[in-house]
Amino acid sequence: QEAAKYEKKVMVLDFVMPTPLGNSWGLGGTCVNVGCIPKKLMHQAALLGQALQDSRKFGWQFTEEVKHNWMTMTESVQNYIGSLNWGYRVALREKKVTYENAYGEFVGPHTIKATNKRGVEKLYTAERFLIATGERPRYLGIPGDKEYCISSDDLFSLPYCPGKTLVVGASYVALECAGFLAGLGLDVTVMVRSILLRGFDQDIANKIGEYMEEHGISFIREFVPIEIEEGTPGRLKVIAKSTKGNQIIEGEYNTVLLAIGRDACTRKIGLDKVGVKINEKTGKIPVNDEEQTNVPYIYAVGDILQDKLELTPVAIQAGRLLVQRLYAGATSKCDYVNVPTTVFTPLEYGACGYSEEAAVEKFGEENIEVYHSHFWPLEWTVPSRDNNKCYAKIICHIQDNERVVGFHVLGPNAGEVTQGFAAAIKCGMTKEQLNSTIGIHPVCAE
Amino acid sequence: GKNEYDLLVIGGGSGGLACAKEAAQFGRKVAVLDYVEPSPQGTKWGLGGTCVNVGCIPKKLMHQAALLGSALKDAQHYGWNIAQPVHHTWPVMAQAVQNYVKSLNWGHRVQLQDKKVKYFNMKGSFSDPYTIRGLTKAGKETIVTAENIVIATGGRPKYPTHIAGALEYGITSDDLFWLKESPGKTLTPFVFNVSLECAGFLTGIGLDTTVMVRSIPLRGFDQQMASLVTEHMESYGTKFLKRCFPTKVEKLESKRLQVTWKNTDLGTEETDFFDTVMWAVGRAPDTETLNLEAVGVKTNSETGKIIVDASEATSVPHIYAVGDLTEGRPELTPTAIAAGKLLAQRLFGQSSELMDYDNVPTTVFTPLEYGCVGLSEEAAVQCYGLDNIEVYHAYYKPLEFTVAKRDATQCYMKMVCLREREQRILGLHFIGPNAGEVIQGFALGIKCGATYPQLKKTIGIHPTCAEEITKLHITKRSGLDATVTGC
Repeated sequence: QEAAKYEKKVMVLDFVMPTPLGNSWGLGGTCVNVGCIPKKLMHQAALLGQALQDSRKFGWQFTEEVKHNWMTMTESVQNYIGSLNWGYRVALREKKVTYENAYGEFVGPHTIKATNKRGVEKLYTAERFLIATGERPRYLGIPGDKEYCISSDDLFSLPYCPGKTLVVGASYVALECAGFLAGLGLDVTVMVRSILLRGFDQDIANKIGEYMEEHGISFIREFVPIEIEEGTPGRLKVIAKSTKGNQIIEGEYNTVLLAIGRDACTRKIGLDKVGVKINEKTGKIPVNDEEQTNVPYIYAVGDILQDKLELTPVAIQAGRLLVQRLYAGATSKCDYVNVPTTVFTPLEYGACGYSEEAAVEKFGEENIEVYHSHFWPLEWTVPSRDNNKCYAKIICHIQDNERVVGFHVLGPNAGEVTQGFAAAIKCGMTKEQLNSTIGIHPVCAE
Repeated sequence: GKNEYDLLVIGGGSGGLACAKEAAQFGRKVAVLDYVEPSPQGTKWGLGGTCVNVGCIPKKLMHQAALLGSALKDAQHYGWNIAQPVHHTWPVMAQAVQNYVKSLNWGHRVQLQDKKVKYFNMKGSFSDPYTIRGLTKAGKETIVTAENIVIATGGRPKYPTHIAGALEYGITSDDLFWLKESPGKTLTPFVFNVSLECAGFLTGIGLDTTVMVRSIPLRGFDQQMASLVTEHMESYGTKFLKRCFPTKVEKLESKRLQVTWKNTDLGTEETDFFDTVMWAVGRAPDTETLNLEAVGVKTNSETGKIIVDASEATSVPHIYAVGDLTEGRPELTPTAIAAGKLLAQRLFGQSSELMDYDNVPTTVFTPLEYGCVGLSEEAAVQCYGLDNIEVYHAYYKPLEFTVAKRDATQCYMKMVCLREREQRILGLHFIGPNAGEVIQGFALGIKCGATYPQLKKTIGIHPTCAEEITKLHITKRSGLDATVTGC
């Protein structure tokens, strides 16, 4: 869309390979269809379930039994996604960007072959190319995985309630999904190979796990599934092995959701035909700080980039700035430092900058100061909800004027809270400046 | 010295308690006097001041009750089956809120004890610059002397005593949060944000609520934002009687109130019946019984507030003042707390740091919340000139509103910047859910001198409302449509 602003002739090829269970979706990518958007909406549905409970303490009266209807929610969510798909089609049309619902792959220098759903092939040439094919969920590679398991690609449009669910994985996808499924009243178990939320601050990751456990989600730690098969009618049997020995366990679930990671969609798009180097192990594409691959006329943005964050706003920013540099004479490069993020688990986690471990590693334990506090959101007092679970910490680099190098908050509306602090960190805020800022009362952020 | 205490604080509210506790940290001998004169309707409360008892805390909790009412409606769209009808019972909410407030009163008592601050539940007045005469409810007198005295007695709601029946039959926010029974059909003749917030949550819990405004709502706030806030309240169900002012209140045999008012637009007189009339015509500083004249503490002749300098000192040496009753200061809890703490640090902790009252963020907790920091658009124009400022703005829709089919017409944000090269941010205004949470971090950024380019470089968190602030790019000057589209 940005390139079209500069009157460039632009084409977008988008194609969704169906999931092993046959699921597919429209224009917009992961975020819109099977990521951020449906995830946040279902998280909201779960939060509303909690709100219903709270509301009684605030004087609201209604029947004791309140049940959740999966189909009503999923239909609403899918309708909204449909409107976004449509919105993108219209936007591309209005901006005169050519859109083809076809699978693109390189066949030679400056040449792409586009194959549509019916197998019709067309060839296109362009001066420049941008690869932004993103990723898809990884499977375990064990008997029964593709046949019986679902992934986040299937969950948000599942035409039946998932029921008793086993979530395999400890990524933020796994924990967010486990979180909202439990919030909707389902029996949820999470099977974790080793640690939770690898790459995130581990102190906070453990607090998140603890909170989920206290709120009814079971965790099976240090086990991995080795086989999935049909169990009693309507159920799947999962056989799992301990990572620490020979112990084998079995369990039965209505649904098994795999969330063990995502693989870049770079191996079958003909990159070898044009010489674009990829990391053979991860499939990710290394680029320079201008998002350029080793082939000068081919660029890449988004989840497929090596050593960059897999986040929608990062992809959007990188894409826009790239185009502005190519066609509008701009020089700004995407700033990948201090990118804030939020994990939408039942207890939300917002972060910007270094985790405590990373700060210790980078600066040395004696050179950082960690200020921290538990807090009790005012809205949780009346319904007597957890009074010592919400938590915030900032990590300061002592020698550098006590500059804030890490910000972490665990509590409601963590994303809304974190955003402004990320802007402040971008401005180089120090502990002193933090101290001299007056709080807004009464809110969690203060 | 010869005085009993190093510090005596009159007023156990946000500012007073913060100052006292901070001073105690330095090992000083500190005492606090707190006394609540019952409201005309007889309402009284414990230690903690306005914020804890009849301000921020109960207000936000009742606002939350109203928000939960909306959540109940939303929940159905998200698949929750709730049998209709759903209704709200005031006594359950009021009791829960009042119990929590009482726990805070208790918490403050314990804290003072822990920090070895002496607490007197007495009404204080000056005998001389170092002597306070304290009177208990029963009339028992105690004389207390101190080297330094801090006046932090705050303010109380004003009554429009020139309106017949106003005092006898009306209540104020002092009473609203302590009512045991529902206020029913309510009229709030109003000027300030507290009552807009009250009218908002009363509507939200299902009560027939009317706001009467003589001229402009939310005076002192950015007027475009104020309009959007009141517009939203109107679509939310709060009734507005604009450009009207009440002339008399009468009580009927049925116990209902009959209010008569003048409609200045039509020049007519109108009347209607209400269960409750809650006055919100401003607050007056609580200084009348302090006997300030005896010691010469100067007050502003118009407002009655105590005049202080940048170090919170009054016209009398060793006598200071913090909080709502100081002239020219924002009437906010956090500023009172900060001022009180810094004052104690300067008096006893060898600090010289003065309170910075610039860029204090605040939030109005109306049904659709409004958070802001820095200059309003009008103030920026007045200060720098229309040509020297740039206003970036956007209408957006919170993701959570989509499935819930909620109207986001007034969800709006704007950033006022200097136009010259650096583009420093002068003011930020946000209307939407969780406005306070959104604005807090940005207030910090503004304290760090944030510029528009720095904001643009900040990556957004997706999907949130706050991220839209980092994406602001349409200027008012351009005249382009400022509606955010797409994911």
